[in-house]
Amino acid sequence: MIKVVFFASLRERFGSSGFAVENNQVESVAGLVKLLELPDGTSFNSIFAQEKLMVAVNQEVVDGDCLITEGDEVAFFPPVTGG
Amino acid sequence: MYLRIRVQEANFSPAEVFKTLREASNGVGAICTFTGLVRDLNDDAEVTGLFLEHYPDMTEKQLVRIVENASQRWPLIGVSIIHRIGKLVPGDEIVLVAVAASHRGEAFSACEFIMDYLKTQATFWKKEVGADGEKWLTMRDSDQTAADRWQP
Repeated sequence: MIKVVFFASLRERFGSSGFAVENNQVESVAGLVKLLELPDGTSFNSIFAQEKLMVAVNQEVVDGDCLITEGDEVAFFPPVTGG
Repeated sequence: MYLRIRVQEANFSPAEVFKTLREASNGVGAICTFTGLVRDLNDDAEVTGLFLEHYPDMTEKQLVRIVENASQRWPLIGVSIIHRIGKLVPGDEIVLVAVAASHRGEAFSACEFIMDYLKTQATFWKKEVGADGEKWLTMRDSDQTAADRWQP
């Protein structure tokens, strides 16, 4: 299984802090992005680049080419706004 | 190097952080501290509160890495970072970065470097509460520009 988690505005838009995905469904971050859909039917892929969303695999920021393997934690979040 | 990183809901005392860092830093000649406060105005709109969320564990790891990068550029004796999460109101302390070094130059520079990268890389998100309701803030271009200037 792949653990998918969302933060901040993405968590609210998905209406979920995350879920598990069968890892035979996805090979890469880009593949996972294409698989996901917001509750209103919007494809996640369509907003991913447009909103400059970020992704981390096992808590390291990566890009779409990053491969995903069993047990990985994949986090999606908007640009950070701390400080 | 002394390093203390805390992400917490509780308020903190800048004076106590300063005292602890000072006592832990042998040979210190300069301590630069930056404290960020919650403002009651943002883009001319009244702000009544903030909600701070973060990515537990990843945030702390990123802050450690930012400090490591700073310590490769300047000889640092000690660093203390505190960032609050949860509900905050205008006037609250939200973040503190304190850097101890032998001389003021490296303390000033490293403190600014750490803050610039904290703002653009550390996984914190702010939701602002105001008269018009709640909204998630977006990163300012000026914050990215501030971090980019440290690139070689």
